[in-house]
Parts: sequence; structure tokens; C-alpha cells
Amino acid sequence: MNQAVIRVVLPAHLRTLAKVGGQVELTVAGPVTQRSILDALEARYPMLQGTIRDHVTQERRAFVRFFACQEDLSHESPDAPLPDAVASGAEPFLVVGAIAGGM
Amino acid sequence: MKTMSKVRVLVGTRKGAFILESDGKRQKWDVSGPHFAGWELYHVKGSPVDPNRLYASQSSGWFGQLIQRSSDGGKTWEPVDNKFVYDGVPGTHKWYDGTPHPWEFKRVWHLEPSLTDPDTVYAGVEDAALFRTMDGGKSWQELSGMRGHGTGSGWQPGAGGLGLHTIILDPKDPKRMFIAISAAGAFRSEDGGATWKAINRGLRSEYIPDPDAEVGHCVHHMAMHPSRPGVLFMQKHWDVLRSDSAGDLWKEVNGNLPEDAGKRGFGFVIDVHAHEPETIYVVPIKSDSQHFPHEGKLRVYRSRTGGNDWEPLTKGLPQRDCYVNVLRDAMAVDSLDSCGVYFGTTGGQVYASADAGDSWMPIVRDLPAVLSVEVQTLA
Repeated sequence: MNQAVIRVVLPAHLRTLAKVGGQVELTVAGPVTQRSILDALEARYPMLQGTIRDHVTQERRAFVRFFACQEDLSHESPDAPLPDAVASGAEPFLVVGAIAGGM
Repeated sequence: MKTMSKVRVLVGTRKGAFILESDGKRQKWDVSGPHFAGWELYHVKGSPVDPNRLYASQSSGWFGQLIQRSSDGGKTWEPVDNKFVYDGVPGTHKWYDGTPHPWEFKRVWHLEPSLTDPDTVYAGVEDAALFRTMDGGKSWQELSGMRGHGTGSGWQPGAGGLGLHTIILDPKDPKRMFIAISAAGAFRSEDGGATWKAINRGLRSEYIPDPDAEVGHCVHHMAMHPSRPGVLFMQKHWDVLRSDSAGDLWKEVNGNLPEDAGKRGFGFVIDVHAHEPETIYVVPIKSDSQHFPHEGKLRVYRSRTGGNDWEPLTKGLPQRDCYVNVLRDAMAVDSLDSCGVYFGTTGGQVYASADAGDSWMPIVRDLPAVLSVEVQTLA
């Protein structure tokens, strides 16, 4: 089975919560999608469950965005394959807190 | 001897939690924090049976709800379960436009640890519901009889949200508890939270279509002295009230509180002296549209008669140009021989009185807006 090492960059609050410093490296089995990355991330760091996507619906929280390769992938299907550069680990998958506008 | 005791003040703010500690004199304070910097801490509270066991409600508009637990008095914390899922098919309540709206979990407003078991905690959440953990926060289950109360589908949020913000446990009857919900009212359970009865008779709210309705009243907070669990005090949207019948009937005790456009008694906090069950405290706020102290003077009002006769307490509090608010969970009392009273403001001050309100001093002046204040009296 295809196993890729994916690089994930978390926002500062979630890095603190998960007690990680820089980016996270995850091994993802099978197709590299938003869902497979987040499944692997939450399996390694259970305290992140519910902070990026809803516990029950598994939908992305409204003010969380997913960026990669200079593109906003937030509205892509969670099961759509991510760019090859993410799947190969050449580019990171970025979890970003949306701009607040001054809060 | 209680004067040799210590106090620990747990402060939740818009941008983190702070822990303020002092000896029994309550003059010099150590401040630690911010814990969970940058997050909203709606409430932090300790277990009455294990004071080193603390629970904190941590939330964020971006990343949702977390619950943190400490077993060493707040020195270290660990995240526990944050999964608050309504029991069964959630159904609907009424939305702002009057249409049915699905129940949606938003945040935990209040954590109430059990009086007997440090692993049991009740959580009041928005949209209004009551949850409980019995394993120290490893899992939460809804006590859905609360939300399933016959009137639930008609509850409609106020501007501040449909939050279950007050949970009072009866120390003499482990099966009896009281809760309050913004824009719904007060409720009582006699069976450990399985079934509930609305207890709003005597409340009169001119801002709702039927001023004497069974539910729909905007109860801001309630308080009880542990020695007299049948006596409840309430701060409503307008009006301070008391009940001598465990909520079956309420009467207004606004008395000589500051007058405001023909009414009296608007505010958010209410609390009871640790040793005098008829001594109560409120902080009157000007009207429901301005939400700051009357005349720019920050005054705590104390009644030694359980209401009606009130005296302003001003010594040490700003008496000009003060336009802060004191939110519903932001007042608490300690149980030292000379009862300490504490409250926090939206301006980031936490004031303490070591003499039951006669005089005040700020412990800290420049925290983020204070959402909640709790006090632990430590041996």
C-alpha cells in the first residue's frame, strides 16, 4: 500500500495544545486527502479532535482553512486527492485560523 | 484556624485564565497566568472535595471547545474529552426569527463540580443543555431531560445566546439541583437531573409578550446559601428576586436599588455571604441597553436582610468615570472567618474585599475582560 510522509503545519494555538514545535510529519496510508490527513493527525494527537472539524459531522470548522501549494483548498471535497506535492511531502498541508479582522 | 488558611481565586477571561493566591490576610497576592493564553475561559472551578482538582472551560471561535483538568491546583493541566453531543435526535428550539432551529453545541458556559465526588462535574452549555461527566472529564453525557423539558422547543435565544449558565447543587439533598438559562428561566430537578420543572412563578418580565409566562424570562444568575437550600436569590434581566420555597414562588426584592427609567434592579451577578444567609450582594448596572454602572460609579450593593434594604459599598472602588460591567459568573465569596468577596470586571480588574464588602482593593487591574471568578478557601 502507498504510504506517504506528509508535512502538516498547524496554527499556533493547536501547536500549543498538541505540544508540538514546528511542523508535524505524518504517515498516511492510501490516497492523500484532507480526510486521510486529518484522520492521521487526530489519531496521533487526540486532543485535536473537534478543534479542526466537528466531532460528529466531520465538517471543517467555519473559521479554519486548509491551504497548500498557494491555493485555498478549504472548499474542496474532503475526499478529493490533494496535490502531488503535498502527497510527496514536498509541500506542507497548512491548517490555518481564518483572519479575524481585529478580535 | 481559618485565618491561617489560604485563598485561591480562579479567574476566567477573554484571553486566558489567571490564578491569584494569597494567605488569609488577603493583602498580598501572587498572580499566575495567563493559562491557555489567547483562548476564552468562560469558567474555571475547583472540586469542593479535592481542591487541587480544577476544571476549566476553554473555547475559541476558531477551534471550538476544550475542557482542561488540573490535579495540582492549576500548576499543570491536561485536556480531557471535549465531545458534547446531544442525546438522541436533538430536535429544535426557536430561532431569532421564530422558526424552528436545530440544537447546536457552541460552548460550555459553566462547570459545576460535584459536592462529593471530584470526578463528577456538571456542564451547562449553549445551546442550552446540561451534561455530566462521572470519570473526571474522560467522557460527557447529556442529561437530556433538561433540554427535553416540555417547553424546550419554544426556548428562543436572547442576544447573548441560549446558554445554560447557572448550576446549583443542593448540599442537603443530592437529588435536587437548580439551573438557569438565558431567556428561558429557572428550572429544578428533584431526581438528580432526570426530570425538570420550570420554577418561574412570580417572575414578571415586561420585555416578553406574556410578562408572567411559564418560561421565556431572562434569568441572569442565581445563588443559594448552603445552609438553607430552600432559599434562592436571583438576578434577572430586570429585578432581584428571592424564593423561600425552592423556586416555587418568587418575589421581587429590588427595594432601594438605584432607580433607572422607573425600574430597579438590572444586573448580572448575585452572591450570598459565606456565614450570613440573609446577606447578599449585587452590582446594579444601568439598564439593559447600556450595561455599565450607574453614574460611572462602581458600587456593590449589600443587603443584610435578604433583599429590599440595600446599602452601597464604595470604599476602594472607583466612584467616577467607571464604565465596566460585571458578568454573571464573575463574583464569588470565600469562607474565611471574615468573609471575602471577589468580583471581576470587563475592564480587567479583579477586586477583593476581606471584610465582607466594607472595603475593596484591586488584586489586579489590567487583565483581559473577566468572564468568571471563583474562590477556593484552602487549609
